[in-house]
Amino acid sequence: MSTAQANVESDVRQRLAGVPDPEIPVLSVVDLGLVRHVRVDPRGAIEVGLSPTYSGCPATSVIKASVEAALRDGGYREVHVVDVLAPPWTTEWITSEGRRKLHDYGIAPPTAGPVACPQCGSIETTKLSEFGSTPCKALHRCESCREPFDHFKCI
Amino acid sequence: MSAQFQADAHFRYVLRLADANLVLAQRLGELIGHAPALEEDLALGNVALDLLGQARLLLTHAGALEGQDRDEDMLAFLREQREFLNATLVEQPNGDFAHVIVRQFLFDAWQLEIYTRLGASADPQLAAIAAKGVKEARYHLRFSSGWVVRLGDGTGESRARAQQALEALWPHTVELFDADDIDRAMLAQGVGVDLGAVQAAWNRHIDTTLAEATLTRPADRPWRWYGKRGQHGEHLGRLLAEMQYMQRTYPGAAW
Repeated sequence: MSTAQANVESDVRQRLAGVPDPEIPVLSVVDLGLVRHVRVDPRGAIEVGLSPTYSGCPATSVIKASVEAALRDGGYREVHVVDVLAPPWTTEWITSEGRRKLHDYGIAPPTAGPVACPQCGSIETTKLSEFGSTPCKALHRCESCREPFDHFKCI
Repeated sequence: MSAQFQADAHFRYVLRLADANLVLAQRLGELIGHAPALEEDLALGNVALDLLGQARLLLTHAGALEGQDRDEDMLAFLREQREFLNATLVEQPNGDFAHVIVRQFLFDAWQLEIYTRLGASADPQLAAIAAKGVKEARYHLRFSSGWVVRLGDGTGESRARAQQALEALWPHTVELFDADDIDRAMLAQGVGVDLGAVQAAWNRHIDTTLAEATLTRPADRPWRWYGKRGQHGEHLGRLLAEMQYMQRTYPGAAW
């Protein structure tokens, strides 16, 4: 890969870090671990590989369009966004930065251990339902501060 | 077997999986705003969304295998009832909450076993869809099994209704494991799964859960349904009429 291509790739990655998730706008597609690859061909055409999160998540098509728009705004003419189904996306790919942002936003980040309340930090919490307002979230309640909250479930 | 038969079998094999998901997603969609509690409304809507997402991937893949330029929308909205290849279990009407849950439970346990094995399919796209779907099927089954136990081991009323639903839906489970030429051809090619192994695993989960729910496994009856060959009962037509009327009234309508 030429230096020019490497520079384009790093610029593209920087721009991707500014593309928000439509449902949880504090997170970028990079924070969510959705970007599988960025390829720049010698002509300057760009291919971005994205993992869909849940099979039916309506955000998937919005994310695709936002990525295309962000790169076009960056002056890139030929942009291809492709779905990468395998290996399937897992919450383990959410970055530590992404986890911190989720917590600060009031959503408990995915964890296999006890789910801590994002408001008061207590681990005295109860799962009310495995399903929430979006496919990725489960509904919990804190037994210490009594506040309900979302937990980003592990898949 | 001829190459034509093999190609057609592959298309139909994927279409059967796609149609089962699409029809069940449509049934569950009817419940949005009508489930007995807000949490269950959200849960059933979420399950429907996952199934629909998987259906879209499967329909797109089926269309590519067929090679006749039919996309997911054409396959979903412009086929007749006889061309739908879903098992009749998923087209059964919602009825009461027990029917909804028992239908889901019988289906989820089957789908989890199918997807688990399809993850190793010789068809890489099908394997990828299944490997993704299996993560979703796992929590669907956890949800439906949990409710089967609560309803069965609940009040006299909930137990009676759950048992009634089980009796009504049980005859539709037989074809889930009934291997025909298409299943055998796909298994031989390493594309499809062994339905005998699926059935053994399904039986284990069903029996364990029913025991916990204090429900009785119904006896198998000789009558067979053949939804996966396009032979449906009276209910699918009305479901399709609702699902397809927009594309049929305004062909090519988009928004």
